[in-house]
This record gives sequence, C-alpha cells and structure tokens, in this order.
Amino acid sequence: MKIVVLVKYVPDATADRQFESDHTVDRAGVPGLLSELDEYAVEQALQLKEKAEGEDVEVVALTVGPEAAAEAVKKALQMGADSGVHVTDEAIAGSDYLATSQVLAAAVRKVGESGAVDLVLCGMASTDASGSVVPAMLAERLDLPQVTLGSVIERQGDQVRIKRDGDTSTEVIGATLPIVLSVTDQSGEARYPSFKGIMAAKKKPVETWSLADLGVDAGEVGLDAAWSKVEAAEARPPRTQGEIVTDEDGSGATALVDFLASKKFI
Amino acid sequence: MSFEISEDHEQFRRVVRDFAEKTIAPHAAQWDRDHHFPVDVVHQMGDLGLFGLTAPEELGGADGDFTSLCVAIEEIGRVDQSMGITLEAAVGLGINPIQTFGTPEQQQTWLPDLVAGRTLAGFGLTEPGAGSDAGATRTRAELRDGEWVVNGAKQFITNSGSEITSVVTVTARTGERPDGRPELSAIMLPSGTPGFTAEKAYDKLGWHASDTHPLSFSDARVPEDHLLGERGRGYAQFLATLDDGRVAIAALAVGCLQACLDMSVQYAGERTTFGVPIGRKQGLAFQVADLEVMLAASRQLTYRAAWMRDAMAGRAGGGSTPSMQDFKQAAAVAKLYATEAAVTGTRIATQVFGGYGFMEEYPVTRFYRDAKVLEIGEGTSEVQRMLIARGLGLPVE
Ligand SMILES: Cc1cc2nc3c(=O)[nH]c(=O)nc-3n(C[C@H](O)[C@H](O)[C@H](O)COP(=O)(O)OP(=O)(O)OC[C@H]3O[C@@H](n4cnc5c(N)ncnc54)[C@H](O)[C@@H]3O)c2cc1C
Repeated sequence: MKIVVLVKYVPDATADRQFESDHTVDRAGVPGLLSELDEYAVEQALQLKEKAEGEDVEVVALTVGPEAAAEAVKKALQMGADSGVHVTDEAIAGSDYLATSQVLAAAVRKVGESGAVDLVLCGMASTDASGSVVPAMLAERLDLPQVTLGSVIERQGDQVRIKRDGDTSTEVIGATLPIVLSVTDQSGEARYPSFKGIMAAKKKPVETWSLADLGVDAGEVGLDAAWSKVEAAEARPPRTQGEIVTDEDGSGATALVDFLASKKFI
Repeated sequence: MSFEISEDHEQFRRVVRDFAEKTIAPHAAQWDRDHHFPVDVVHQMGDLGLFGLTAPEELGGADGDFTSLCVAIEEIGRVDQSMGITLEAAVGLGINPIQTFGTPEQQQTWLPDLVAGRTLAGFGLTEPGAGSDAGATRTRAELRDGEWVVNGAKQFITNSGSEITSVVTVTARTGERPDGRPELSAIMLPSGTPGFTAEKAYDKLGWHASDTHPLSFSDARVPEDHLLGERGRGYAQFLATLDDGRVAIAALAVGCLQACLDMSVQYAGERTTFGVPIGRKQGLAFQVADLEVMLAASRQLTYRAAWMRDAMAGRAGGGSTPSMQDFKQAAAVAKLYATEAAVTGTRIATQVFGGYGFMEEYPVTRFYRDAKVLEIGEGTSEVQRMLIARGLGLPVE
C-alpha cells in the first residue's frame, strides 16, 4: 500500500508575517515550518502504516514549494515517513489553489508510476491560507472520491471507514480505496520526531522535481496565471480601546443591547 | 581539539524544547507545590525516546551519542529541574550500570522497559555513614544457599520508590579483601522484594517533583544471579559511570542557567522603576551580562566534555581522540563550574525579580531552590576540586 501525505511549508504563525510587493506572502523573510494541520495527516499515515501488520506500507511525503519547503518533507521523514518528494520551480511562485492542485495532481500521478497510490492524505486546511479547498480540487483532478474532515480512520484491506465531523452532524462514511482524505485536528496528536527519527531521516530518499519533470506547462501556474488577484493587502489596524459602558442609572443593559444590535450581533 | 554542536543536535533540541514547553512547563509549578512525581510525563518522555538515547537499538534505544542525552537533559531542565534530574538519574544511574555491566539476561530482563520509560531504576551508593566516602559502605550482602541476603540502609536515592520503579541496584559489602579492606559489589534489588523498603519520600529544599527515598534492607533476598557485574568490583564500576553523570549534571545546570537568563532578560525589559525599565540601569543590566558569561562558559565546558566522551567512543568528528584522563578532568571541570555558576546564576536572577524573586508566583524562585543540590549530587564541589587538583598531579589527600 502506498500513501501520499501532502505537507505544506508555511510561515511560522507565531512570527511576524509580511507581504511582498506583489502582495504574496513573504516566505523568505519569515521562519517557516511544516503546517501544524498537516502534521495530523502525517500522524494518521504513520498510524495506518503501524496498524498494517505484515503488510508493506510506504508513506511518501509530498510538498510543493520554494527551496526551504524541503524542511516540511524533512520533518515528515523525521516523524517516520519513508520517502519524500519536493516539487519546486520558480514558475510556481504565487500559484492559486487551482494551479497548486494541478501541480499536486501531476506529482501524485508521477509518484504512482512506481506503484499505485492508494490514499492521498491531507490536513483540513493550511495554517497560512486556510482555504481548505485543495483536497477537493485534487480529488477532482485525480478523478478520485474525496472524504474531507475525517477524525477517525479505520482500514481493512481496501475498505476504509471514516468518521467525519461536520458542523451539525457526525457521519460515518465507508469508502473503497483509492481516495483523497483530509483529516482534522481532532484525529489525534501528532508525534514528535525522536532522535532516532532525526538521524534516520538523513538517509531517506527525497526526489526533487521541476514542472518539466511533471509535464506541467509553466504558463498555467504561478502568479500571472492565477484566477484571482490581490490588489492590496494591509496589516490589520491596531486594536483600539473598546467602548466602556458605565451603568449609573440602570440603563446599562439597554446600552449593551443597543451596542450588540448596532454591530448586528443580535 | 575542536567541537561544535551539530545541526542534528540542534534539531533535536528544538523537538525536546517544544515537548518540554507544551507538556511540562505548564504544570511544573503545581507539581513542585504538591511534591507530585508525574508518572504519566515520564511515560511521555519515554515515548519521545529520551530514556533510550544512548541505549542500543536491540533494546529499543536510539543508539545515539552522549551529546544528544545532554541536550535532552538541558532542555527538560530549562523548564523543570525535577524532571531534568529524573531523566539524568534514570539514564546515568539506572540504565547505564545495567547497560555497561549487566549480563545479556539482566539486560533483557530490565532494559527494554527502562529504555522505553515504562519503568525506572535507581542506584543506591550513599548511606547515612557513607557519601563522599563511599568506601565506608556498611550495607552487607551475604551469599546463603544461592541467594544474596541484604541488610542495611541507603539514603537520598533518586527514582527509588516511585510507583514505576522496577529495580534498585545497591552497593554492599560482600566480604573482605586480602588487604583487610571491604569487598564491595553491586546487587540488583527488584521493587517489592520482601525486606526491601523504600521509606517515605524526603522533604527537600528543591527538586520537589523528583522521587527521592531512604531505603532499608532487612534480610532482603534475591537470587545469586542478581549480582551486577563482577563480585568485588561494585565501587569501581560505579566510579566508572560517574564521569558521564558529572557531565550530565553539568547539562542540567546549563538548562538552569539558560532559564535564569531568559527570565531575567525578559523581566529586565518589562519592569520599570524610576520611569524606565530596570534593564536601563547598569547596576542591574551588568548582573544580567555576568549571567550570560556564566551560561556561555558553562555551555562550552559541558558540551566540550560531552564531545570528548563521544570522540572517545569514535562517534564524533573534529580532531584527535582525547584520553580517558583528559575526559575525566574535563568532566569534573564542567560539573564544578556549571553547577556553581547555576547557584550564582539563580541568585542573580532572583535579585533581578526583586520581591517577586522571593514569591512562588514566578518560576525563578523554584530554580533558586532547585539549583543548590547541583553542587552536591554525584560528587560535591569539594570532591570535584579534589579530583581536578589530583588530575594536575598535586598530592591532595
Ligand atoms: C536530592 C539528592 C539525590 C541524590 N540521589 C542519589 C542517588 O540516586 N544515589 C546515590 O547513591 N546518592 C544520591 N545522593 C547522594 C549524594 O551523592 C551525596 O549526598 C553526596 O555525594 C555527598 O555525600 P554526603 O551527603 O554523605 O555528604 P558528606 O560526604 O558527608 O559531605 C559533607 C561535606 O563535607 C565535604 N567533604 C567530604 N569529604 C571531603 C573531602 N575528602 N575533602 C573535602 N571536603 C569533603 C563535602 O564536600 C560536603 O561539603 C543524592 C543526594 C541528594 C541531595
């Protein structure tokens, strides 16, 4: 069985994040890391591998991103993934969701050339763009069924049962592999890499592919090909002091209700 | 001779730091107040592989180097000295003697669980009448009908009475040498052996969340094969593992100093008096500068000694292989300097905090209480000075 986990390299959410002059996120000036939400996907992949007694399961960590994004793959390998793929190409910079999913789909197909991919695992969103749409787009491009927001995964052969946590209900979905599956942050704490894992990761194979290797036309991706364009981006204004209602004559409650109504909270 | 901390070690440091900040730091003050030994966290540290860093892979270890263990002890100790010593003693006193001197059967029996952090082991050398002078050991073990019968007492033994302690190795007199001096051997006493009691835990100045007990033995019987290593070599064997322990304690001191520096720099920038942050005042800022110097020097000495240990085992690059003598000296130098710096450093840090430095509200107070024992355990400062002077060829008694 072969599992591809998508791992995105994102700017550290605890650092000061900046935009470039073309309004894309400044990825060079900010320390980056493997998106925390993707760590859950890596964890689920590793658990599936560990539970598959006697069966050979290969976990491939796949990232699309600049040179530094190799760090995301490395982290996944340190956690226990078997091999890595890093798709990097100048032309990819500034790609929107559609282009990103196109590159990812081509990369998953290429991974599949050396043995069919049974499962593509992703996080529920990235911690930077928070779009949550890539798994669905990828499934469409790969012509695979998609299950999103999984919190519990059980597999028997090519059958999987997935507990899906929606806003209003919890569903249990049965599916036949291969599928694209995204998992939530409720699926189970991601493990830390061990020292052994860190040392072992250095010896694990990582392939670096360009758009040409994938047969993707550079003109179809990148900032210029994006369907949407960011015209302006400004830092959020600093918080101002809130309104203080002093209740001296019993009109406090009315003032509060008026305030909430004016902001359309009620 | 040259050394530097490798990128692998730095990455591992970030992992342990992340773990320590998420799993240990938020609870350290509470455990300290309650004198609570958090067994679940020991298991989590085990899951992270910390107890098996230097153990062989066949026994579940990472077959890593000694430097990686020092990094882990430093980072755990940076947020909680109690858990730092728990790790240090578990590996240095619990696992190491069994790994180094145990028979394959003894290793198979005890190490897999110890290495995984499922259980803990202790090493009991110190007695009411024998600490620095460990040769004055009075605990006896007699071989009767294929069993060792142990009588006596030990004191101040770390990890010896927790609910997950599986075994304590103790030094005991097993006879007399031809020259009239006692023959000392090491005997393994599994927890729960009738006649072996871990008495009530101590009330200590610091390390409140670490497990320390007096032990008593009254006709405690174990099979003959519970002898660890060679008969008559108990003390010598223990000494052989002590050099590593000194460096590991130095790493714990480095963690303490790093915590002191981080807390002091932050507070010196926040707290204002006379209309400006206290860090603007030279009288205060220069003390923090001294702290940085002590930290940097301690760190260098500690990791240099760790590097020497790894280089001797053929696991480190960068220069010629140090001799055992060089390493012993470096270990004593690192232990002495780093632990005394930690005591001075915590004094400076509490001073930076003014009255709050005396209140349990801030962790700096806990570090102040925890630091003192660093100058005592695994060889007092006086003993280190004695060793260093002897290393210089001086005829010290
Ligand atoms: C919290 C804690 C945990 C411990 N854990 C363990 C453990 O797990 N296992 C274990 O076996 N022990 C353990 N110890 C014991 C520790 O190693 C001893 O306390 C230490 O070695 C000192 O021995 P002592 O207490 O008998 O002091 P003493 O030897 O009585 O020393 C008293 C003072 O005299 C000084 N002194 C002694 N001899 C000389 C000399 N020749 N020249 C100059 N000065 C000298 C000492 O430096 C010290 O200042 C622990 C101690 C503590 C406090």
